[in-house]
Amino acid sequence: MDFIINGAQVTANVDLRTSLLDLLREHVGLTGSKKGCNQGACGACTVLVDGTRINSCLALAVQYQGRFITTVEGLGEGGALHPLQRAFILHDGFQCGYCTPGQLCSAVGMAGEIERGVPSHVTADLDAETMHLDHDELRERMSGNLCRCGAHNGIVAAITEIFGKESA
Amino acid sequence: MMPFTYSRAADAAAAVLQGGLPGAKYLGGGTNLVDLMREGIEQPRALVDVTALSSAIEDGEDGGLVIGAAASNTSVASDRRVRTRYPILSRAILAGASAQIRNMATVGGNILQRTRCTYFYDEAAACNKREPGTGCDAVGGFNRNHAILGTSPFCVATHPSDMCVALAALGATVQLRGASGERTIALTDLHRLPGDAPERDTVLKPGELINAVTLPPVAGRSTYRKVRDRASYAFALVSVAAVLDLDEDSTIRDVRLALGGVAHKPWRALKAEAVLRGGMPTQAAIRKAAEAELTDAVPLHDNGFKIELAKRTLVAVLTNLAGDVA
Repeated sequence: MDFIINGAQVTANVDLRTSLLDLLREHVGLTGSKKGCNQGACGACTVLVDGTRINSCLALAVQYQGRFITTVEGLGEGGALHPLQRAFILHDGFQCGYCTPGQLCSAVGMAGEIERGVPSHVTADLDAETMHLDHDELRERMSGNLCRCGAHNGIVAAITEIFGKESA
Repeated sequence: MMPFTYSRAADAAAAVLQGGLPGAKYLGGGTNLVDLMREGIEQPRALVDVTALSSAIEDGEDGGLVIGAAASNTSVASDRRVRTRYPILSRAILAGASAQIRNMATVGGNILQRTRCTYFYDEAAACNKREPGTGCDAVGGFNRNHAILGTSPFCVATHPSDMCVALAALGATVQLRGASGERTIALTDLHRLPGDAPERDTVLKPGELINAVTLPPVAGRSTYRKVRDRASYAFALVSVAAVLDLDEDSTIRDVRLALGGVAHKPWRALKAEAVLRGGMPTQAAIRKAAEAELTDAVPLHDNGFKIELAKRTLVAVLTNLAGDVA
């Protein structure tokens, strides 16, 4: 199977039962994406496929051949941290760090959704042309990523600094 | 997980040829099926990937919309025409799952997702849906999330979809394709009540595929309201999808209602509609309609609260849609 992972061509000979998450962690050596619940409930495995965030634990790798996959290792450019990663450090957006790669990829995917005008459950006006990332929108849109340490205040602050209304 | 073969169907004709073989299952986004396979509850020998089939959302000839079954939940909820003409559908989809899952999940897969009854998932428990004839541990177990309408002694599971509740209220139809050709049925006729065969979720024939969903044109205001244990990312305790169309003199020209979280299928509330249609949407009429729909509800040990919750949610949604009239 052939994939494009963080910009690099990757070929892997794996069993059809392999999830995208296991492909990344066990076969490609990218252990940034985490296995939390392995059933789509926690979001620790979130990666971007063609810029769209998905739960890689629920994805069979075979379905994602030829797609552009971005993991936390590929968020920054040229070895530098992504601005959101710097903001997480600045705002203490983690304690144990296990959910962090998923939070980061999810937030980057969310920013793309906001840019494309994708509404959310708390969007009051479905007809609105543009979406804004206020506090309620952020909490709703990030609800697929759990943090059991309870670092949410720092996570919200970091995401708001980089993608929030103020920067739009 | 049991081993399986994998093929990616280029079109519906190819999919049906492969999907009709014994042990084959169609694969959309995989958000439910992959989980069930990992748990050993589903053990397909062949997966037929149908995500390359139509994901287009197109205007129907009659002013409605035709949605390809491979369209992602996010693309449907975001579609400008859906948001403007069918806010009930956008709202229902956005009330379900998480953004990551909505990005993966297809329309066809959402419709055919299986119950989240914990006894269905627990292989140590008796479950007629998972293993016909073994009994139902939910009936005498912890059944706070289970059904109150259309249940049987064999199964009290609920259908978990939010999207389907909106489709039921809208009077959507599903285009099916199988070995013997195509047919179109109402979404409300697709899912079954459990009866004595809860292992069959739908009336689909072996190998039959959902090709598209058609929304008829609708007039009036519509919305979807979901009541759940937390503010986001949880299945419904009760949900209400409602379309209300008022005349110039505020009599109800048309009303379409459906309930989620209460039955083995998305529950079209025809009794409540009959009470309301042609009358004024007064508080008295709305309450009478809610009472009528829940008359036949049967509570289990832990879910009696759903009867009152369903009534109150119906009343709240209809009152809101009726605006100043109610």
